[in-house]
Amino acid sequence: MATTASAVMSQVMSPRPLPEANRPVVPSAVLGTLIFVVAEVMFFVGMISAFTISRAGAPAGTWPVPGQPTLPAEATALNTVALVLSGLLLLVGQVLFAKKQAAAKWLVLAAWGLGVAFVGLQGREWSQLLSAGLTMTSSRLGAFFYLIVGMHGLHAIGALVALGLAALQLLRDRLEGGLFFGAQVFWYFVVLMWPIIYARVYF
Amino acid sequence: MSTAAAHAEHDHAHGHAHHDEGFIKKYLWSTDHKIIAMQYLFTGIFMAFIGGFTVYAFRMQLAFPGMSVPGYGRVTATDYNALVTTHGSVMIFWVAMPVLIAALGNYLIPLMIGCDDMVFPRLNRLSYQLFLLSSIVLIASFYVPGGAFGGAWTSYPPLSAKAEYSLTGLGSSMWLFAVALEFAAFLLGGINFITTVMNSRAPGMKMFDVPIVVWMIIIASILFMASVGPLIAGAVMLLFDQQLGTGFFDPAKGGDPVLWQHLFWFFGHPEVYVVLLPAMGIVAEIITVFSRKKLFAYKTVLYTAIGTGVLSFFVWAHHQFIAGIDPRMANVFSVTTLLISIPVAEMVFVYIGTLYGGSIRLTTPMLWALAFIAEFLLGGVTGIFLGASGADIYFHDTYFVIAHFHYTFFPIAFIGSFAAITYWFPKMFGKMMNETWGKVHFWGTIIPFNAIFIPLFLLGARGDHRRIYDYRHFPDLMKAGMQDLRVFATLALLVLLAFQVVFLVNLFYSIFRGEKASANPWNANTLEWQAPSPPPHGNFPQGLPNVYRGPYEYSHPDRQDDYWPQTEPDAAKS
Repeated sequence: MATTASAVMSQVMSPRPLPEANRPVVPSAVLGTLIFVVAEVMFFVGMISAFTISRAGAPAGTWPVPGQPTLPAEATALNTVALVLSGLLLLVGQVLFAKKQAAAKWLVLAAWGLGVAFVGLQGREWSQLLSAGLTMTSSRLGAFFYLIVGMHGLHAIGALVALGLAALQLLRDRLEGGLFFGAQVFWYFVVLMWPIIYARVYF
Repeated sequence: MSTAAAHAEHDHAHGHAHHDEGFIKKYLWSTDHKIIAMQYLFTGIFMAFIGGFTVYAFRMQLAFPGMSVPGYGRVTATDYNALVTTHGSVMIFWVAMPVLIAALGNYLIPLMIGCDDMVFPRLNRLSYQLFLLSSIVLIASFYVPGGAFGGAWTSYPPLSAKAEYSLTGLGSSMWLFAVALEFAAFLLGGINFITTVMNSRAPGMKMFDVPIVVWMIIIASILFMASVGPLIAGAVMLLFDQQLGTGFFDPAKGGDPVLWQHLFWFFGHPEVYVVLLPAMGIVAEIITVFSRKKLFAYKTVLYTAIGTGVLSFFVWAHHQFIAGIDPRMANVFSVTTLLISIPVAEMVFVYIGTLYGGSIRLTTPMLWALAFIAEFLLGGVTGIFLGASGADIYFHDTYFVIAHFHYTFFPIAFIGSFAAITYWFPKMFGKMMNETWGKVHFWGTIIPFNAIFIPLFLLGARGDHRRIYDYRHFPDLMKAGMQDLRVFATLALLVLLAFQVVFLVNLFYSIFRGEKASANPWNANTLEWQAPSPPPHGNFPQGLPNVYRGPYEYSHPDRQDDYWPQTEPDAAKS
């Protein structure tokens, strides 16, 4: 809003011009989702720090409880790769969306598919662990595992529904920017939260 | 997920189309921020009756143990626990939060920044509906087997974690569920507030032209957003402990009860500032208008509020000095706790600086605003004793603590709300409130308020423990005069409650029969006073306002009028 000297002069000479409208720096849908994501990040911070404190305070030899399964860190690496790849594809899709929407379609769909694959793989892991005897009440490790990973899974499913709706609109060329950008922000949150959970909880 | 749809609706609202809607559509499905604000306000006032009734019942039990309380009956020990818990939770979560943040935020933000509605009007409606549902769940929990939750508003495990301990299995879970729903409601509200202020300000309104009360509500919303997550995490864990039998907090299963205290107070302490800051903002608006003076040090107030907000995240463990935390950690939290009194004191000094040399008009809202400063000061100063970990070991869980936080929360929740309601009443309802009855109510509230809590300070200093149902079993706490002080405080409470009838009569009489108010009865500068009283759907029928200056240009030396509305262009110089 730099004013030149002549503009200042004219301001003195005539009634002050109408003020300029404020232009939003961040679109409302993205800003709203971002603020929501802040609260969500703190939600996960709460759970993960509770987990860290509980593990650190557990008497030696009780974490995990002997005889109960440990978390399959190696097998979950595949899930992690799928999710991170999905986030990267969506990022490329977002860049392309600004240039040509047609190319973005397939990237967004691929990102969505990888996200669904992640949730499916997680489900398989849960059923294996449950049948091996790790449940919410079998130990505190189990309780924390199902709590944190389950909450992340719920967020992933919610974000996938929104992203799926956006992808559907995109396929029909009837996309409203708000939904797409909001869903994207939320998906990035789900993707970025996972490596932290993976590193803190599985190892 | 409905952001795009909400967007479309927002665009639609731009048309200022006025629809005549049926009662149900208007009050159940309205997306108008003013109607949602009124719904929050009146739900909050209704919940205050519950909060007031519960305190009446349990204070009568303390003053006259074993008596049949008129209107309640005999208070059993289980009842007593439930009454105390309900009083605390209702007054903080269902009175202070909805009235100060949700009602005033919804009402004032679009009007004060000069737009027609919130950015996400349908999220806003959902927010109120969730809040209403949470109130219904809470009230329903009084009637389930076992009765309402009785583990205090802080809900410490293991007491709260197992039905065998609390004896209120279903009541505990419903309490948690109600609190969680309420937080979801305020999350949606907060997202709306912040986004609206960022993206919908009137043309010309820069960040430093935003009135302080709006800033305060925004900072409070950010604090809420950033602090509520860990508590929701804790609430989910506690719910699992109650219903699924996990062992997060139950020591019998290896869990850690102090972990809950950390998660709870990480939210619980910023929460104090979540409600304090809006009240501080209300006071700033009122004292500038009624001293006809520019707010002293606008930016200082703003930065101080931000500083308070940041610091408030580092003080939570001062609630846990006797919970077995490391004394070295207690020292750190003592220091941060004492530090936070500096910015708050600074705000109080700024307000006194604003009063200095002003032409002060002692209207009812101004009396409330001045009383806020005086009474909150007492609450803040007694907090210093409790913040020092050494003194707190003695004072912990005594009536000194009760008196301290009521000297902070009563000014925030009630004095602040009364100030706001009496000040914005002409705008909300297009009528003036009766000044004489307003002042009668003011003195009838302030005097008994002090008469209740000064005796509690004295009792607390003598070691009076707060979680006792019948003091006759504790000879040490029945020594000379202690019961007399309890009776005195209870009688003062009865007087205070009786004077609230004056307020209610004045409120409802003025809504229907009050003198008609002009658009700007207080000669104030901010944008809401440029809209008609009460503002129609769309707020500004002559088109959205343009803003030319900050909100506090009172008694400008170059002008004949002692106020200068934000919308009025500078006079043309020829």
